[in-house]
Amino acid sequence: MNIHAGADHMQPPLLDVHDLTVEFSTRRGMVRAVEKVNLTLAKGETLGIVGESGSGKSVTSYTVMRILDRAGRIAEGSITFGGVDVGNAPEAQVRTLRGREMSMIFQNPRAALNPIRKVGKQIEDVLIEHVQAQPSNAREKAIEVLQAVRIARPEERYHAYPFELSGGMCQRIVIALALACRPQLLIADEPTTGLDVTTQKAVMDLVVELARERNMATILITHDLGLAAAYCDRVMVMEKGRVVETATAEAIFRAPQHAYTRKLMRATPRGGITLRDLLPEEVAAEMAPLTTAKPLAGGPSLLVVENLIKEYPRPSTGSGLARLFGAKVAPPEPFRAVDGISFSLARGESLGLVGESGCGKSTTSMMLMRLLDPTSGRIIFNGEDLANISAKTFARSPWRSRIQMVFQDPTDSLNPRFTAARSIADPLMRLGEPMASAALRARVEELATLVGLPVSLLDRFPHQLSGGQKARVGIARAIALDPELVVLDEPTAALDVSVQAVVLNLLQDLKQRLGMSYIFVSHDLEVVRMLCDRVIVMRSGRIVEEGQTEAVMASPKADYTRELLSSIPHPPA
Amino acid sequence: MLKQIAGRLATALPSLVGVVIVTFLLTRVLPGDAAAYFAGPAATPEAVAQIRAQLGLDQPLIVQFLAYVKDLATGNLGTSLTTGQPVLDDIRARLPASAELTLLGLLISVAVAVPLGVLAAVRQGSWIDHLCRVVATAGVSLPVFFTGLLLVYVFYFKLGWAPAPLGRLDFFYSAPPTLTGFYLVDSLAAGEFELFRAAWSQIWLPAVTLAIFSLAPITRMTRASMLSVLAADFVRTARASGLKPSKVVMGYAFRNALLPVITTLGMVFSFLLGANVLVEKVFAWPGIGSYAIEALITSDFAPVQGFVLAMAVLYVLLNLAIDILYGLVDPRVRLDA
Amino acid sequence: MSLASTGTTSAREGLLAHARHIVTENPVTGLAFGLFALFVLTALIGHLIVPIDPLVSDTAAALQPPSARHWFGTDQLGRDIFARVVVATRLDMVIAISSVALVFFAGGLAGLAAGYFGGWTDRIIGRICDTIMAFPLFVLAMGIVAALGNTVTNIVIATAIINFPLYARVARAEANIRREAGFVQAARLCGNSEIRILLTQVAPNILPIMMVQVSLTMGYAILNAAGLSFIGLGVRPPTPEWGIMVAEGASFIVSGEWWIAFFPGVTLMLAVFCFNLLGDGLRDLVDPQRRL
Repeated sequence: MNIHAGADHMQPPLLDVHDLTVEFSTRRGMVRAVEKVNLTLAKGETLGIVGESGSGKSVTSYTVMRILDRAGRIAEGSITFGGVDVGNAPEAQVRTLRGREMSMIFQNPRAALNPIRKVGKQIEDVLIEHVQAQPSNAREKAIEVLQAVRIARPEERYHAYPFELSGGMCQRIVIALALACRPQLLIADEPTTGLDVTTQKAVMDLVVELARERNMATILITHDLGLAAAYCDRVMVMEKGRVVETATAEAIFRAPQHAYTRKLMRATPRGGITLRDLLPEEVAAEMAPLTTAKPLAGGPSLLVVENLIKEYPRPSTGSGLARLFGAKVAPPEPFRAVDGISFSLARGESLGLVGESGCGKSTTSMMLMRLLDPTSGRIIFNGEDLANISAKTFARSPWRSRIQMVFQDPTDSLNPRFTAARSIADPLMRLGEPMASAALRARVEELATLVGLPVSLLDRFPHQLSGGQKARVGIARAIALDPELVVLDEPTAALDVSVQAVVLNLLQDLKQRLGMSYIFVSHDLEVVRMLCDRVIVMRSGRIVEEGQTEAVMASPKADYTRELLSSIPHPPA
Repeated sequence: MLKQIAGRLATALPSLVGVVIVTFLLTRVLPGDAAAYFAGPAATPEAVAQIRAQLGLDQPLIVQFLAYVKDLATGNLGTSLTTGQPVLDDIRARLPASAELTLLGLLISVAVAVPLGVLAAVRQGSWIDHLCRVVATAGVSLPVFFTGLLLVYVFYFKLGWAPAPLGRLDFFYSAPPTLTGFYLVDSLAAGEFELFRAAWSQIWLPAVTLAIFSLAPITRMTRASMLSVLAADFVRTARASGLKPSKVVMGYAFRNALLPVITTLGMVFSFLLGANVLVEKVFAWPGIGSYAIEALITSDFAPVQGFVLAMAVLYVLLNLAIDILYGLVDPRVRLDA
Repeated sequence: MSLASTGTTSAREGLLAHARHIVTENPVTGLAFGLFALFVLTALIGHLIVPIDPLVSDTAAALQPPSARHWFGTDQLGRDIFARVVVATRLDMVIAISSVALVFFAGGLAGLAAGYFGGWTDRIIGRICDTIMAFPLFVLAMGIVAALGNTVTNIVIATAIINFPLYARVARAEANIRREAGFVQAARLCGNSEIRILLTQVAPNILPIMMVQVSLTMGYAILNAAGLSFIGLGVRPPTPEWGIMVAEGASFIVSGEWWIAFFPGVTLMLAVFCFNLLGDGLRDLVDPQRRL
């Protein structure tokens, strides 16, 4: 690994982007997506481009590949790749570079593959296009390529369609496609977003390993500073289309120069810090320190869950005609999304529910919310078994106001035709004491102030609010009735890290002020560690480990917890 | 593969049952006395009473329904008062004329609409795209009977390029030996090229009328689905892998874009079969559509009912064919079946 | 990443600006609105402004081509075609609007219930839609009118029935994707009853899409009604109606008297065209994909 840009002073860099400015023509006229970007990349070097949404990091890489859509164009600057002026070269020449000399992998790997063509055939197409294979030996070569990305049973996978493969497997196929012709440059655009942490680690390890093996230059585009720092030699931070800082991965973490980098770095959850450390120093300094009052141990539990099970029938296998003619098809075993879990939650406690997608954590939270009926089991809340009240009638139960929820996607969880005030007032109008409209408004404003939402924004519609503001509206609505338990279902998954930092701190402060208990559903162990007293790790509908958060993180007992923990990218300390 | 077709057939059964129930209900909701209706306007009271007993209209509804199903199963659709023939025979004799016209219309339409839609999507914003939009919006706005009349005026009265709109063949010619019932096919099979030319000169104008009508939905759908596929992630991947534009557009995008177009064909057939009735009237085409219109005017209900039933069965079968075609193109459906 | 996030949409004027943008960017939509207003006006006061009684025949002046006195010419009975086309507007509009209004409520509510409640409601309504869709729609309309009786009311009913699946399916699909949407779940947590959620949370969000559907099917409803009267169903002579007027002129086309069928045909086409353009314009307004 070479640490510094252009370590080999004798050779020109593989990629040299100089003063690149990219414009898009939109209804509002020309918009500059990228402005005066400079970057160089040597053979075998790994560069991370980090930024939040709208920073121009993807546009930069698309421009390098020259696959911008019609509306975009290079307004200024030059791109030189291996001596070719990519910005001005004829399309035919750039096309021979794409896939052969420089390749790209994308986020959402399943969508990145042609859904109705066998994956092997798709690899063949690229090999044949770049004359790396003849139709006669293409199959053989394609299988070799599949082997190279460590795909087990490649002959079998050759015949698979993308919909038959898992997300991680699809990403391997996309990597195979990109690396089939042994390019010199690989651009990875958020290659692990949407994948589970363990899959994420496997994919990143594979990319890095192959890059090292082939002395290939790599650009990793990500919103996750931790991921970039863990896997890259150098990191370039972008904000609003401009490069704010470029430095080695270590330097970025040790001594970030630019204010934005500092903010971004601080907001990235990592080991050994508290929630306050996520916020910019000047903001954190003004806030009250976190109180570390632990919930009363041994006190009466607020919630006790006993042997909770949720089954879904599997789709029947026999063909319609067979059933029509009375063929006996044994009904398939039902699928158990949640398979007998038990736990308890003390008053004022916050409990993390952690696991990868499909582990049953969301199904569990929906049952606790009483939006979904369990197949069996008990949900004892304040001594009353709520599982006896059906989800349908629970809306009118007096218990409804005691349990509330903050949803994953702040946009999806607000009615687009309700103003912020109307959304916050909804629970008060339905479940609260009847009150005059002036009193209602006053209460809504009080709640808005509590969650840090400017009162002037209350009459706006969701599409006129930012992601962070929408999240605040959702939180205000959830706490409007002073609930005893709030379920937080990945409340920050759709937010940028800097917004996440603010929202997490807000949630923590509210909990202390209002004495609520939290169940925090998340895939992110680092976030859970900062927010939760205890943690439950779930897999395939079962609890694999449970305990005090610090203890579980420091010395995990279950193999699966250990695997999860080791999958978290560790930036250089 | 066979198992899949069998599976599709099973899904078409409920539709057929529904069709039979609805046509049965249509005969029972006739205002006033159904027997009088069936007997025709000139029938005597005795004749009406006789028909009532004959039709079993004095029986309970379920018995009537079973009798109706039994009649259908034995091919008894009643007798046309106008022609004096069993309705089934009439329909069987006239169906090929309608089918030939509809299929030719569809063929012309697809041959023009699909390339137009693809080009419009690939060259978005170009003149061909604008042409495509005009065609798509104007096409659905044209009343098919009006287009037919305009074409007759221009190509028959003004230019003299087409013969008078009076059926499948000029009376100089006699029909070719029946093989498929399609004159264009049968005349070629018999080696009678003169006859083929004569049949062609009669059919092209009504076929073009139908084609213009169905051009719009196919063009529109092709363009829209092509646009959405061209914006899809996997097309970006294909471009990023350096595949040739022709390979990206035809090999990757087009095949995927075809899927919604195939689905639209079901709707297009529905429109075409309806439009066919109007076109047959304009061109005095001796198909089942004009047969039904004649019966409607004389309040002769048995042929109308037979016609509705025949069209519905035909349509269900066409949809079945579309489903099977879809399964051939899309591997994802194959597994679900 | 997406460019949409770089622009800030502000306040309610966003929608208005968008509407203005669509009308100005696409003058055709503006034209369609103008044309629509003209048709509505003609339907309302058309019978008051025509100079000649549309029903009075004058055999001496039969089959005259367009002239200063008879702008659109006269038919085989010497009736003024211009007057008949203008007066016919009301009947054609009434048929289209009442059938679409009927199906908007019936199909919309059925689809809403099917999509939101699922289960048996969904299965029954789905089966009804499938059965209607198993027929070529115009053919089914012919069958219904033939069975129910040859009247204008039955044309309205038949048109509504054949459009039922289109409305029910759109409403069903839209309600179904919102059934588990975050804001609907949140409304459940706020103690709203299911019916209340359906009417105050789900329905208003579906309304714009349904309005587009209305405008798109209005043209189809007019075409359908005119087609039925063209083959001799529904409207009876001498009542002026575009479809039947084209049918009356059809036999004169081959002898060159084009104006009898031409003017009602063109008017019919314009009306349908106008509704289709309006539908496209409305869809642009509603479709968030196009709202940048």
